[in-house]
Amino acid sequence: MAVSDVTTTSDTYTGSVRRWPVTRLLEDERWLALVLLVPTMVLLGLFIAYPFVKGVELSVTDAKVGVPGNFVGMQNFVGLLNDSIFRVAVWNTIVYTAVTTVFKLALGLWLALLLNRNFKGKALTRAFILLPFIIPTVLSTFAWKWMFDPTFSVINWTLFRLGIISSRINWLGDPSLALISVIIVNVWRGVPFYAISLLAGLQTINPELQDAAAIDGARPWQRFWYVTWPLLLPVTMVVVLFSVIQTFADFQLVYVLTGGGPANATQLFATYAYQIGVGTGLLSQGAAISLAMFPVLLVVVIVQLLYIRRVETL
Amino acid sequence: MIEGAKWRRWIFFYIPLCAFIFTLLFPFYWMLVTAVRPDSELYRPWSAPNYAPFWTSHPTLDHITYLLQETLFSTWMLNTLLISIAATLISLFCGLLAGYALSRLKFRFAGMLGTAIFITYLVPQTLLFIPLADIIRNFRLGDTPWALILTYPTFLIPFCTWLLMGYFKAIPRELEECARIDGAARWQAMLYIIFPIAVPGILSAGIFAFTLSWNEFIYALVFLSSPAEKTVSVGVTSELIRGDVFYWGSLMAGALLGSIPVAFVYSFFVEYYVAGLTGAVKG
Repeated sequence: MAVSDVTTTSDTYTGSVRRWPVTRLLEDERWLALVLLVPTMVLLGLFIAYPFVKGVELSVTDAKVGVPGNFVGMQNFVGLLNDSIFRVAVWNTIVYTAVTTVFKLALGLWLALLLNRNFKGKALTRAFILLPFIIPTVLSTFAWKWMFDPTFSVINWTLFRLGIISSRINWLGDPSLALISVIIVNVWRGVPFYAISLLAGLQTINPELQDAAAIDGARPWQRFWYVTWPLLLPVTMVVVLFSVIQTFADFQLVYVLTGGGPANATQLFATYAYQIGVGTGLLSQGAAISLAMFPVLLVVVIVQLLYIRRVETL
Repeated sequence: MIEGAKWRRWIFFYIPLCAFIFTLLFPFYWMLVTAVRPDSELYRPWSAPNYAPFWTSHPTLDHITYLLQETLFSTWMLNTLLISIAATLISLFCGLLAGYALSRLKFRFAGMLGTAIFITYLVPQTLLFIPLADIIRNFRLGDTPWALILTYPTFLIPFCTWLLMGYFKAIPRELEECARIDGAARWQAMLYIIFPIAVPGILSAGIFAFTLSWNEFIYALVFLSSPAEKTVSVGVTSELIRGDVFYWGSLMAGALLGSIPVAFVYSFFVEYYVAGLTGAVKG
């Protein structure tokens, strides 16, 4: 009621100004909010909510490209459980996400701590360091693919010259190495994001706390562990959860480097969904594979929402 | 700063920092060298005695010429530019309005809608690309730039809204109330008072959205099929690899040239980009 009171007062104030009926309507917060939200709701409804419903619908049919398909119940999902490639893809995705996240966090934090000091050329360094993150992934991944080429690899040349290896390493062609190679590229691309986000978090920490701890006799390692780290934890949590979602659903990097091969050694949820849904045109099975990611993503999102709420209420 | 002897500084600061910078930037240097290296040098095995990987004695522009004259590279660049700009503008428009409504106006479900938008922000493209491809086909948008101009906002709007909500919340309410007492309608106060103050936020959101659109891959890969409609990432991937043959020189030239617009925008607005990145995380 207080709201409408304010509206009437301001209307009497501006009684001399002529107003269109629409403007009058928009003085009401609820109508204005509705009008302002319509474009967003239409776009997100059409291209997120509707595809989601459609995806669920597709996954319980046997639709192929151009064939509508019949209802088959949970058959696609049951089929996935018995699909050995799918199981490999699930395992690969878990390993890929877990390993890259640990390395990205450790290296990103290290880089952030280095950048948090004062030195000449700091702004320029920070700008250059973000390059792997802003350059389109597909394009920079091609540079890695070329660097990993078994015959022309500059990495092999360097390792050979340093005397570390004696024969060539087939980075992407060897099933036991391919996932490691893919992980290296993902870490390379992700470290700048972690570093810059964590750096922003570090800069909000009052340096006097460090000084106080130092005066009390805390060693550098103790100052980090008991002062900096607890204060940085909220930012770290959010960065990690974001990155976990992106990595779990990753596609482009693996698509360019290996296409999921050799022998499915680097197959992830998304690449397998692409291979089945687009490559072979089995829409329903592809949609089912994509949707199988959903429970995991949902858990991460819920953790994130709860965590943000908790931080906000603190 | 690190206290103590000079060598400690080297061990704990300069050497690790240089190692990071070297590793993070080397692939770009490698792109550049490969793009100007003649084929005779390019396809010399690393075990060959005269393999000189880190420079080239006979730089050539052949790969770049081939890329620009024999492929549709310039068309892909234009397509990507057009799509990225259009998607960014649409997303900024929607994000501005929605961000204002969600942070400033009181209405039922405001909290719920805010949460819903945050959740869509976290939906990865790979979750929905198959049903979305079907929908794009049904709407007869397949193989047109509209397929991307309309779908990119699905991941850009939530981000823009989220970022701008943070900016709007920081603007004091009194400013708006003053304008309203002076006779401005509510929408006028929004448009002429609040939006201009949020310009840094709009720039951050816009730059971040532009780089995200330029970077997008799977939608472009699935929704577009004819070579003349493709974006840079997809064009380079599908047209410069024929079967098992990779045109490495042109591929690297394409990767390099295809990165320039983003790098260019980024170099001018580093601070805004970083603000967008960190704002996107913190909200």
